[in-house]
Amino acid sequence: EEERRVRANAREYNEKFQYASNCIKTSKYNIVTFLPVNLFEQFQEVANTYFLFLLILQLIPQISSLSWFTTIVPLVLVLTITAVKDATDDYFRHKSDNQVNNRQSQVLIGGVLRQEQWMNVRVGDIIKLENNQFVAADLLLLCSSEPHGLCYIETAELDGETNMKVRQAIPVTSELGDTSKLARFDGEVICEPPNNKLDKFGGTLYWKENKYPLSNQNMLLRGCVLRNTEWCFGLVIFAGPDTKLMQNSGRTKFKRTSIDRLMNTLVLWVCGRWIPGIPGSGPVGALMSSPCPQIFGFLVCMGVILAIGNAIWEHEVGVCFQIYLPWDEGVHSAFFSGFLSFWSYIIILNTVVPISLYVSVEVIRLGHSYFINWDKKMYCAKRRTPAEARTTTLNEELGQVEYIFSDKTGTLTQNIMVFSKCSVNGHSYGDVQDMLGHKAELGERPEPVDFSFNPLADPRFQFWDPSLLEAVKLGDPHVHEFFRLLSLCHTVMSEEKSEGELYYKAQSPDEGALVTAARNFGFVFRSRTPKTITVHELGRAITYQLLAILDFNNIRKRMSVIVRNPEGKIRLYCKGADTILLERLHPVNQDLTNVTTDHLNEYAGEGLRTLVLAYKDLEESYYEDWSERLHRAGSAPEAPREKMMDASRSMGNGFSYQEKLSSSKLTSVLEAIAGEYALVINGHSLAHALEADMEVEFLETACACKAVICCRVTPLQKAQVVELVKKYKKAVTLAIGDGANDVSMIKTAHIGVGISGQEGIQAVLASDYSFSQFKFLQRLLLVHGRWSYLRMCKFLCYFFYKNFAFTMVHFWFGFFCGFSAQTVYDQYFITLYNIVYTSLPVLAMGVFDQDVPEQRSMEYPKLYEPGQLNLLFNKREFFICIAQGIYTSVLMFFIPYGVFADATRDDGAQLADYQSF
Amino acid sequence: MKNKASLPPQEGEAGPSRCPDNSAFKQQKLPAWKPQLTLASVLSSFFLIGAFCLSVGVCLILSANSVREIQIDYSDKCSDCSKLRENSSNWNKECHCSVNFMLKEDILGDVFMYYGLQNFYQNHRRYVISRSDAQLLGRNVNIQKSYCAPFTTYRNGTPMAPCGAIANSMFNDTIDLFYNLNSSVIQVPLLKTGNSWWTDKNVKFRNPKSYNISSAFAGTARPPYWQKPVYLLDEEDERNNGYVNDDFIIWMRVSAFATFRNLYRRVRRIRQFADGLPAGNYTFRISYNFPVTKFKGRKHVILSTVVWSGGSNPFLGIAYVVTGTAATLAGFVITAVHLKLRKKKTYFQK
Repeated sequence: EEERRVRANAREYNEKFQYASNCIKTSKYNIVTFLPVNLFEQFQEVANTYFLFLLILQLIPQISSLSWFTTIVPLVLVLTITAVKDATDDYFRHKSDNQVNNRQSQVLIGGVLRQEQWMNVRVGDIIKLENNQFVAADLLLLCSSEPHGLCYIETAELDGETNMKVRQAIPVTSELGDTSKLARFDGEVICEPPNNKLDKFGGTLYWKENKYPLSNQNMLLRGCVLRNTEWCFGLVIFAGPDTKLMQNSGRTKFKRTSIDRLMNTLVLWVCGRWIPGIPGSGPVGALMSSPCPQIFGFLVCMGVILAIGNAIWEHEVGVCFQIYLPWDEGVHSAFFSGFLSFWSYIIILNTVVPISLYVSVEVIRLGHSYFINWDKKMYCAKRRTPAEARTTTLNEELGQVEYIFSDKTGTLTQNIMVFSKCSVNGHSYGDVQDMLGHKAELGERPEPVDFSFNPLADPRFQFWDPSLLEAVKLGDPHVHEFFRLLSLCHTVMSEEKSEGELYYKAQSPDEGALVTAARNFGFVFRSRTPKTITVHELGRAITYQLLAILDFNNIRKRMSVIVRNPEGKIRLYCKGADTILLERLHPVNQDLTNVTTDHLNEYAGEGLRTLVLAYKDLEESYYEDWSERLHRAGSAPEAPREKMMDASRSMGNGFSYQEKLSSSKLTSVLEAIAGEYALVINGHSLAHALEADMEVEFLETACACKAVICCRVTPLQKAQVVELVKKYKKAVTLAIGDGANDVSMIKTAHIGVGISGQEGIQAVLASDYSFSQFKFLQRLLLVHGRWSYLRMCKFLCYFFYKNFAFTMVHFWFGFFCGFSAQTVYDQYFITLYNIVYTSLPVLAMGVFDQDVPEQRSMEYPKLYEPGQLNLLFNKREFFICIAQGIYTSVLMFFIPYGVFADATRDDGAQLADYQSF
Repeated sequence: MKNKASLPPQEGEAGPSRCPDNSAFKQQKLPAWKPQLTLASVLSSFFLIGAFCLSVGVCLILSANSVREIQIDYSDKCSDCSKLRENSSNWNKECHCSVNFMLKEDILGDVFMYYGLQNFYQNHRRYVISRSDAQLLGRNVNIQKSYCAPFTTYRNGTPMAPCGAIANSMFNDTIDLFYNLNSSVIQVPLLKTGNSWWTDKNVKFRNPKSYNISSAFAGTARPPYWQKPVYLLDEEDERNNGYVNDDFIIWMRVSAFATFRNLYRRVRRIRQFADGLPAGNYTFRISYNFPVTKFKGRKHVILSTVVWSGGSNPFLGIAYVVTGTAATLAGFVITAVHLKLRKKKTYFQK
């Protein structure tokens, strides 16, 4: 499908193209396909296939040295548990699919609105949406109840942003107000094929021999919710699986899969030939898979030795022994017998890597994840969010992190804005009166200002300087104008759930803080329509006509609104960065500007973020002239619109955003790397530094420094930097961030951490771990990560030790039983050894072991180093474990051998029989 | 949906607290035993373990040394017989031989008689599985399903009872012991029952139910290497015949090693032998049926007494002594190191 053609109200025409219907299916199985498909998926896991292969070997009687149940019991157990989990997951998916598919929507069919289920909506249908309804498919907005075809949507389900967004119908269709007109609408849309770009749409509407370009601004995407709009009509462009929501879902790859895939390929390779180690694989992968080559190599070696032994034995001894024990049918030579015994020994010796290893590793990781979720010390009481381990497979990597990439705003800092000080007409308000400083504890402060006069005040807002409220009450016109500006000049949406209960939805937290401040001081922003803003000024409802909004952007660094007040006067309100606004002030009041600048500097010195507010009265003619020019420039959206504005008066304003540098000290890990030298590089130079020939040099320079600060970088560059370090340093990287711009970085790094804070949830959704305050990272790494790594290492060592000690006994016994692959232990014992007898101690150690108390590992970051250097589980450690295991197996075999050989019981019965042994 | 959970809760929303429980388990504060290794505890444990192992070892060695044992290899002493047996077609020809030996001292206490085999791989995998436990329990089963092959049925379809390589290769020499007292030869009374494990005799082996034992095995045939059918293993004792024959049971309990001994008879303590075997000349009279030369094996007959620690195997005692010595030595080394280091420390502190 190269382009999509959709004609409105023409089902037959659209059916030609066989577009997907609006029925969605996220489930993977149905009752019939579940078993084969699920089994097929499970056997794509090499471990499972390996065990299946063993099982098949065991079913061959000539080879079978262990009866089949030793493998099938754990294998079936594992498969069943996984299948049950998959089945329940899929059942819930079926349920939610059904629920979504059966939602009702109103479809315009033959000029009449009919209730249809979502799944029956077709491409090309026109459907009607009402307020607070979910959008059923990707729609082209045709018209709405609001003027100019505007409507508001909330896109939380799409991108996690909870503020409202505006969508507007193209002018020609916005007049199709009623169903009869819409039923006659027969425009044809030609647009791009389905894709997953949420913020882009390109297409053209052909109607009445005219062409109209369409953009994302005209689209309502599935998953959005219609807000503050009574109704609207839309033309279905993409339906069901073609919608952008569905195109985006299922694409989130878990990082575990990459590690699993790595492990799987390694295991596959290794079965064929022995590879001496894996250079530069991910540490968990290495952790998990590096023993595998050795083990398989080991397995094959042992098998070969014993098979040769068997061949020799059969040749020398077994031939003579044939009167009592003839060779099996089909076995004619000692060599073939040796070949068979090779497989028999593979079966016996496979207990060095049993299924339970994989299961136990999963269980341990799950346990560690739960410990992270349960940790009270990582629970943010204010936001009531506990830490969350969203993937369970990366815990031990947390103990090996070498590089941390952190986003600053909102991550290092909390990005909570509070209005704290202002300077109006040369008078500074907001100082705490006992001069304890604004960082003082709440309890030590005087009583906050009482806003009870104002029924609409937000009870959580606190302010400590009563003089500002006095000024409001006394009617100081400057102060009034100051707050009026705050209540008018913004893009906040309000929602009034019940009378007097206002909720503001702001795109950025500073806007929210300012509007909330104005609200408490009696200038309550009540509601807005595209053309009006209603403000309760000290109890009086005043509706301003909104003539224009000139929104904030990074170039202009200011935002302005032009409003007409009920008296008919036009006024421009502007707020923006001090550097930009101060130079635009009318020079007539230089003294006032200087005083305000002093105040601003003072605020900035206290660490507050500052803004400057200004207004200008406009002449009617001037405005008309300007709006005319704006209209002409409007076709070129980037055109500078606001050149001519000079503000006549200034009102300084500072407001603090409590930049809680999350904890006074950053994590000790950061401390370990932060220090003498720091490289500061901005986005522009970074672009050069990341070019192919420069990047190694850049990396070397960067690594020579203790910390690198990259400013003003794009999300892509963030990811590139992470990729660079991953590529050349082969170290574990961790990226932490809170916003949508950090998503790529979070996804690129080995471990992504999301701050579940203010800026939506995209970062959290993309992350592996999430919590609400940056300072928890220290605990996550130093306590949980360290323990996880330590436990996993100890667990693996212990596990391999115990299994080698157990299995190698068979090797020794081979020398005594003619290398016939006779087992030393009873079969039930072999079956249950790993899943019952020895599973709990090793699991308990893997889940609970603590080498030092948590306080110690927080105090001494040095303790974290073994993880970074991967000291606790590498090839050396692994071989030590194996050597210990082999040593133990020697003791376990030869001491009983010495004791039992020729031994008799005290009642005279011989003891050296097979069963007793 | 899981993602919903991570949304920051709405303002003013009253939901259940999502704060984790403050339990010792969830906060990883479970009590733990963290032993402190002090000099006193380490040294005392080393010396205690050393002393304990040494004393146990010495006791074991002393008791093992008090065991009297006589082992006679008779595989070559009856060379005629062994040659005869090399040809399996002579299976029904009897062959006897005698082995003389002399006791210089009395052997006091219970005396046990074992037969020993060398180089007989009873622990071979295919050998070990070549039996039918269900058949030995007296059940009427289809032994084709067992691992008895190729000792399952004859060509004409008659099943073997008992089937399998183990049963087929049963040790079938008979050994009698004679005491030569002043030119008169007295047969030493030997007990042939009560030698097997109680569970084997009473649980794991059962004859098929029938009015008499020979009819119980009707329709079956003896294994090819046997000289008589299973229901004639002991014609004198009904309770020691068929599958529950002690010799058979003991043989069926396969050995873990290629060199092994099985209990054959016990000396009945009556008359002259009430205290054991008196000193003097003895003769083993052996009916030589079991061929060993073909697989380069050896046969022994062993007379032995037992003590509380079992037979004459000094290994366990030696192992204890070695361990005890090692622990004690380690204790001394640690002490020496400690003394040396302590001196150094005080030196530095000055």
